[in-house]
Amino acid sequence: MELLDNLALGLSTALLVQNVLYCFVGVLLGTAVGVLPGIGPTATVAMLLPITFSFEPVTALIMLAGIYYGAQYGGSTTAILINLPGESSAAVTALDGHEMARQGRAGAALATAAVGSFIAGTVATVVLAVAAPPLARVALQFGPAEYFSLVLLGLIVSIALARGSALKALAMIFLGVLLGTVGQDIYTGTPRFTFGQRELYGGIDFVSVAVGMFGVAEILRNLENEQTRTAIVSKVKNLWPTREDRRRIVGPILRGTGLGAALGVLPGGGHVLASFTSYAVEKRVSKRPEEFGHGAIEGVAGPESANNAAAQTSFIPLLTLGLPAHPVMALMIGAFIVHGITPGPNVITEEPALFWGLIASMWIGNVLLVLLNLPLIGLWVRMLRIPYQVLFPMIILFAAIGTYSLGFNAYDVYAIVFFGLLGYVLIKCGCEPAPLLLGFVLGPLLEENLRRALIIERGDATVFLTRPISAVLLALAAAALVVAVLPAIRKRREVVFAEED
Amino acid sequence: MERRRSFPDVLAGVVFILIGGAFVAGSLGYELGTPLRMGPGAFPLLVGAVVAALGLAIVVKGLVAGEVIAFGPIPWRAVGVIVLALVFFGFTVRGLGFVPASLVTALLTTVASKRVRPLMAVAVAAGLTLAATLIFVVGLQLRLPLWGPWLGF
Repeated sequence: MELLDNLALGLSTALLVQNVLYCFVGVLLGTAVGVLPGIGPTATVAMLLPITFSFEPVTALIMLAGIYYGAQYGGSTTAILINLPGESSAAVTALDGHEMARQGRAGAALATAAVGSFIAGTVATVVLAVAAPPLARVALQFGPAEYFSLVLLGLIVSIALARGSALKALAMIFLGVLLGTVGQDIYTGTPRFTFGQRELYGGIDFVSVAVGMFGVAEILRNLENEQTRTAIVSKVKNLWPTREDRRRIVGPILRGTGLGAALGVLPGGGHVLASFTSYAVEKRVSKRPEEFGHGAIEGVAGPESANNAAAQTSFIPLLTLGLPAHPVMALMIGAFIVHGITPGPNVITEEPALFWGLIASMWIGNVLLVLLNLPLIGLWVRMLRIPYQVLFPMIILFAAIGTYSLGFNAYDVYAIVFFGLLGYVLIKCGCEPAPLLLGFVLGPLLEENLRRALIIERGDATVFLTRPISAVLLALAAAALVVAVLPAIRKRREVVFAEED
Repeated sequence: MERRRSFPDVLAGVVFILIGGAFVAGSLGYELGTPLRMGPGAFPLLVGAVVAALGLAIVVKGLVAGEVIAFGPIPWRAVGVIVLALVFFGFTVRGLGFVPASLVTALLTTVASKRVRPLMAVAVAAGLTLAATLIFVVGLQLRLPLWGPWLGF
């Protein structure tokens, strides 16, 4: 059994003392930022990335991954207790979870979320282990033309999943691609758009873009309307669900896991889509749909399982193709590159200990999360009392220090000012920041493969249509674009996301 | 659909047009090359044109059938103070050293909130500076002087 050997290798890596320790640090931090409204996993990973440069590559990735899926966990706690989703995917959990808390069943809701997330995380980790190697083998056949088409497809699909106007999301993607061209040209070495500043020759650091767009811009948004948080936190008791509850959550957990595992692979927010879809499905199959919105435990179990499963499987495109499905994944690409590893299909054969160690660590991380969340729930509730007036100066200061320590380059700090302001204006105008970051990270890949494909084919641009895999990918991209802008489907997307606003 | 103008749509479109246009103008200054060997200017020219075109489409759509988005107030004080704090950090961290730069940055940032009282601002800034020093310099061995050359040490 090759799979068992691989998993054994992974476990032996993931169970090393320092890896378990940093996995714990990761999920702890992830839970904390998931609980705290106003700071999300993207900004956190961006700020902590420079710190991990001195770690072993596998340790660094285990910790960063832990922050990501830990945040999905933490987000549900605030959603249930104070009706304030810490993470966008937990918004749907608040509908029934908070209602349960108001009926004095907060304990059952929290336990359901934790158990559902754990089962989903475990199953999705196995899916990841089974699905990744064959996909990586297919990806090894890809030439530059296929990669160009694949990256384009990934970018287009991510707008189909983004909230709000598809036109604006498209513009954000290309703006990201455009900003990615700053710096020295890969083929000729010509410095582009650097205004003669040597500091810009290496390009704009994506950490600055992420910290600016997700950290600084978000703080400015929150300072628009300052209000004291009226955290009326209900007492948590009776953590264990009743027998009736246990019977009712089995189905939703399993369906949510399946949905989440499938949708998580999609670029650009599959975990948000997964939790909304799961909620809709549970409402439809339930014998008592009228209970939804009034504290139906199925409405907590399904979406919570779905978003956690999706958080795990969103690593599949990253680990097999080198394509990020989420801004956090885009940052993890940076972590790979810093350690001299090119993310993509070769990781699995060249760095098997890293690949399988990361996968195994996710399961360990899920165990740690259950231990962290259920007995320590009181601690997280207390964290909600930290006033925002303390929190946002901390984020700004740590953002400045973190980005400066990237390369001891003051331009990286100035860049977060620029991207913070740009992001703030664009977010205020209804543009989502995530597509820009994906475009920024994937843009150089797009340009490199486009130019390489043309050189190989002696300037024949039809290569993208005559190579079958590339043609199929481009056709899918065109179809996704049509889907994203067609009014009828737009309407349905709005319905799906309407409850979030 | 009823006709409605949307200021945020138009503003977003203008931002895209300006940035896209600036990149197009800039890329004309670089060699464009041929399809066989694309020069450094070709890709930014193409993408810049796409961004500007999408920006134009957003403006037109915003004038005819815009999205209804509440633009909301702008916290000018927070914007100004946070920009100042970050630029100050970038400009002085090497000269003043880690501790003074962090302290001033944190102090400036706390003032961004209208609700903060002076005593609390000082306490928060001092606490954050201490925490940052312990985490980044002591814990993570960041190679930065605590007190910089501008202070005469």
